[in-house]
Amino acid sequence: MHLSTRRGTLAAAACLILGSALGQQQGQLHGNFSTDAQYYNEDADIGAIVPKQRLAYNAWMNLIYTSGAFEAGVRMESYEPALAGYPAGQPYNGSGLGYRYAKYKLSDLEVTAGNFFEQFGQGLVFRSYEERYLGVDNAMDGVRVKYKPFRGVYLKALAGRQRLAFNQGTVYGAGVVRGADAEFNLAELLDSSWTCASNLIIGGSFVSKYQEDRDPLLELPENVAAGAVRVNFTTPRFDLYAEYAYKVNDPNGKNGFIYKPGEAVLVNATYSAKGFGASLGAHSFDNMFYQSDRAAPTPFDLNINFLPPRAKQHTYNLPATLYPYATQPNGEVAAQGEVFYKLRKGSALGGKYGTKLAVNGSVAYALDTTRLGAADDTTRRLGYTSRIFGAGERRYFQDINVEVRKKLSPTWELALTYLNLAYDIDVIQGKPGKPVVYADIVILEGLHNFSDRTSLRFELQHLSTKQDQGNWATALAELTFSPHWFVAAMDQYNYVGNPELEDKGQEALHYPIGSVGYIRGGNRFQVNYGRQRAGIFCVGGVCRQVPAANGLTLSITSTF
Amino acid sequence: MRTALLPLLLLIVNLSFAQGKLPSVMVQTLEGKKVDVSTLSNNGKPIIVNFWATWCAPCKKELSAIADKYEDWQKKTGVKLVAVSIDDARTSARVKPYVSGQDWDYEVYLDPNGDLKRALNVNNVPHTFLINGAGEIVYQHNNYEPGDENELYQKVVELSGKK
Repeated sequence: MHLSTRRGTLAAAACLILGSALGQQQGQLHGNFSTDAQYYNEDADIGAIVPKQRLAYNAWMNLIYTSGAFEAGVRMESYEPALAGYPAGQPYNGSGLGYRYAKYKLSDLEVTAGNFFEQFGQGLVFRSYEERYLGVDNAMDGVRVKYKPFRGVYLKALAGRQRLAFNQGTVYGAGVVRGADAEFNLAELLDSSWTCASNLIIGGSFVSKYQEDRDPLLELPENVAAGAVRVNFTTPRFDLYAEYAYKVNDPNGKNGFIYKPGEAVLVNATYSAKGFGASLGAHSFDNMFYQSDRAAPTPFDLNINFLPPRAKQHTYNLPATLYPYATQPNGEVAAQGEVFYKLRKGSALGGKYGTKLAVNGSVAYALDTTRLGAADDTTRRLGYTSRIFGAGERRYFQDINVEVRKKLSPTWELALTYLNLAYDIDVIQGKPGKPVVYADIVILEGLHNFSDRTSLRFELQHLSTKQDQGNWATALAELTFSPHWFVAAMDQYNYVGNPELEDKGQEALHYPIGSVGYIRGGNRFQVNYGRQRAGIFCVGGVCRQVPAANGLTLSITSTF
Repeated sequence: MRTALLPLLLLIVNLSFAQGKLPSVMVQTLEGKKVDVSTLSNNGKPIIVNFWATWCAPCKKELSAIADKYEDWQKKTGVKLVAVSIDDARTSARVKPYVSGQDWDYEVYLDPNGDLKRALNVNNVPHTFLINGAGEIVYQHNNYEPGDENELYQKVVELSGKK
């Protein structure tokens, strides 16, 4: 590990000056700012954490300078200290430069030096990305070249290290990552001689990581390669996407140092017509943890690849934060199907304004594996045998949900949602011995417009389960005054069958919280006061545990 | 750090604060074609660029609210709405069937690794930019509250010169 060096900073600064001096066009400077600050109160009833420093914050500012073909950017970050439970992986401390790069683009060639984000295909072998509000950031620090030698042909090559943590500046991981990707887009390639409305895109990528082997016992591979091929066939209505990835033996802390290769397959088909959409997909992941440090402390650190969970990402509070699914990279077989349908205006069920319907189902199983015995050392080190899409007995997750959304009049809209969940909390949240959670959730959302500018939105949510924390009820009301103000109040009520609460002699707990927000153009200010339930906060495919807290929070985001 | 700040200050002095333009960043169409955002045009008429995601409830409310009025907006002002989905590998395959299921008539692009989102300094979705006929960003709005679309439309009307 080494800190972001002063040399790097100087290089970025020099590039900035050079850029502004050489730029023939007028330069532009833009950026954004974002902060979340919290003051923590004591609150033993909900087990709220009270950090030693009562006030904590995360803050970021990005600046991007562009001038003609040239671009450079920096991000300053500050955590004095970071919010409790943030980030997902290794700690962020202090203030400093978190990200800096210089880039130029000449028609078909683009070169980036410093930090960058990149993705090959769907990310099965390579994705560097950020989800700032989760504290997931595996930005590369190195060099990237993108080249388009011919129309419809896209080449990328890159090398560098990944962001691991932040300590007065970015801390990078021990391993080096190198990769290349090629994509061929037939409709673009053949241009006018390609006359049909469909398109075929094929691509392939190769990635390799290097990390020194200092293990006194095992002979560990220092270079670990992975490759993927993908095909995307699109027509106006029907689309098919498939990607296959293979990783050579990569003994690491997450797979128990076995020498078995990893494999991943994902397939997705969609159908789209006016007022109707459907999608069906499945994947099989086997031994696909791929981190640039084989001893990475947590599953959130230094991931080279991205394995998307195949489950709907819910937006309502209870299903989104109590029982969200997280991919099991060591092995899972999953499938998901979904239908969106708009019942026409004027039809019997559509009513005067039409009705929208969404049905979604997803399921994930363990991979069926056969453990290899100690007969001989070589086979034992392979760990187990398995086959692609060979599902095991254990079901990790199942979610079946239906949503009906209907505009009743020019001023009223209602949405009703039902979810049925089965959730292996032992595996997904790492709570050994806890029984599978079976939950039913019903949600009613309403929106009423008092005028062109004033409206009220409310949510009533109920979750019933005999496991884990028992039943929850949530009520939310949000009054908005477009375009500047909003006021909201929410209470979450954990009221029955919670063994932990009963042990403490409590029967029920309220989690009230109030918010006020002000928005002006690209700026947003929000203040919350109250109790926050412990939960799981997810964006994209990744989730972070947020501890219970009580206090005052201030959030500001600004784009300029 | 100090070494980085000085040149930055020099740079700011050096700058003219011209209106921003759409950057040269690649996004994908729902048919998988790559499009450079700086080449987007609407024959001198305004363009609305709206960042959204299939997992973002207020985004979907905003795009649905505009959808009810979009035909009228287009007729009166010639405006075009470009909806940029920041859905990543997890949900990007849902975008096309979702858009069809909603019966939206927008020009939809995918930004699965947030390249355009970063280039335009978007913090969170929904975030809306209004681009004038010369390709300059003249207005932006973060968040969505019912009724915000009326303010946006006012700005579109001002731009298209038909009051």
